[in-house]
Amino acid sequence: MTQLALVIDLNVCVGCHACVTSCKQWNTSGSAGALTDFNPYGADPNGTFFNRVQTFEVGEFPNTQTVHFPKSCLHCEDPPCVPVCPTGASYKRAEDGIVLVDYDKCIGCKYCTWACPYGAREFDEDRKVMTKCTLCVDRVTDTKLPEPERKPACVLACPANARLFGDVHDPESVVSKAIAERGGYQLMPEWGTRPANHYLPRRKTEMRIHPEDLERVDNPRKIDGQQPELGHRTPGREDFAT
Amino acid sequence: MQPAFSVIFLTTLIGAAQGLFLALYGAELTGFGGLSPEDGQHLLITGSLVALVLTGLGLIASFFHLGHPERAWRSAAMWRTSWLSREVIALPLFMAGLFVYGGAHFLGLGGTLWIGASVVVLCLSLFVCTAMIYASVRFLQEWASALTLVNYTLLGCASGLTLATALAAILGASDLAAAYAWGAGAFTLLAFFTRVASLMRNARLKPKSNLQSAIGIKHPRIVQKAQGFMGGSFNTREFFHGRSSEVLRSVKWTFLLMVFPLPLLGLVLGVNAASAAVLLIAFVIQYVGLLAERWFFFAQANHPQNLYYQTIS
Repeated sequence: MTQLALVIDLNVCVGCHACVTSCKQWNTSGSAGALTDFNPYGADPNGTFFNRVQTFEVGEFPNTQTVHFPKSCLHCEDPPCVPVCPTGASYKRAEDGIVLVDYDKCIGCKYCTWACPYGAREFDEDRKVMTKCTLCVDRVTDTKLPEPERKPACVLACPANARLFGDVHDPESVVSKAIAERGGYQLMPEWGTRPANHYLPRRKTEMRIHPEDLERVDNPRKIDGQQPELGHRTPGREDFAT
Repeated sequence: MQPAFSVIFLTTLIGAAQGLFLALYGAELTGFGGLSPEDGQHLLITGSLVALVLTGLGLIASFFHLGHPERAWRSAAMWRTSWLSREVIALPLFMAGLFVYGGAHFLGLGGTLWIGASVVVLCLSLFVCTAMIYASVRFLQEWASALTLVNYTLLGCASGLTLATALAAILGASDLAAAYAWGAGAFTLLAFFTRVASLMRNARLKPKSNLQSAIGIKHPRIVQKAQGFMGGSFNTREFFHGRSSEVLRSVKWTFLLMVFPLPLLGLVLGVNAASAAVLLIAFVIQYVGLLAERWFFFAQANHPQNLYYQTIS
């Protein structure tokens, strides 16, 4: 079974909010829109967003790390927001695991938001229905788009490539490999919601220099014995060593 | 959580109506405490009508909670999984039961004990459905407890019995009013203990989620520097009551006073002085107190999503 999801690399995210604005732009003009803003240019603006980038400071000065933390709907594998919906407007698609709201069925009772520990759902005060991240279902399933563009708007916008998109149930997918190799984790595992979205933790950045980086080992002239390897820092070495 | 007045009115109004119906049926079962059958009949018909009006008002209030009230009929669809959906079915069924019960007495039909017994089942299942809407949300730990169910039921019974006492006194059935007053007092006292128990439980509650599990970083010191936006959003509107802790504390003491000791005093005074007015005031005080109680019930619940929305910068 397919479970589409995002994998967000906290080691790479620079907190530029490009994913936030591209999400807002795509979804306000796409099939999920419009995402209503109240008083957007006034003193007390109020808006609807499917995606946020938050900033946390970890540690005590001077040993602190600034962590930029993008958060959108995690498309839980056991979504607590779905069974509580009285109308069935909130549902999880069987074919790709995306959690969606049927805007024509939603009565706007907001009960689903109480049942989401992540605060991923936002009530649209203009249309009076519950809205949420659709994982750009209108993009990722659009066969008229070229294959590389069938990704959520936030993923395409990320300049640092901190957002990966794919099927977390396919062990060969980019996202599954990233989760397995780089310690991908889920948010609030204590609630047993099994979020499909994963986060890749910060890593220690180390500089690794291999001998191959300094010296070309497959130099054919060296292999043939035509050109003896000169000693380190002797003149002329750089002519053929690299 | 941000207290929703539509829901506060819904739960308190139908709670009182349910308690009132249970009181009426109790009187019918026990032979009206010395009341003549005609007067008893009159009490049951009037009482059923009052309960029907209260549930109707509650139903109207509930529509104000919806973004699309015209689609409310859809909300009966998911009764297999959603307690809200079950309540949407249970409330009209209970109202229909009240109508049939009151109507059967009005028309002088037989078998009202059996009709009443089935309405009792509907009434109790409505208590369960209403309370489980809150108790089943495991993320709101203040609500996710059997005490929620107990409190909704006992507080509904207490206010309904107080109303029944006033109603019996208004209709001139002073013996029955005295009997109801005993019941109202007993349930008010019982509800006091269970409500205080839930206050004590909530005071000692340890949040299951913290900033560490919310963002998945295991450092003991994490501070949010920016929640990602400077204006408001649904996340900052729906999940914060927006009042100071002093306000919260004063609402708590207000409801502790208005739901429990003051109505008890009113019941004692009203029955001793045989004053329907005092008994009615006792009910009004208890009902207003219950509005405060429900407000506090909402405001006290702390949603884990608030972990993500702490700092604007």
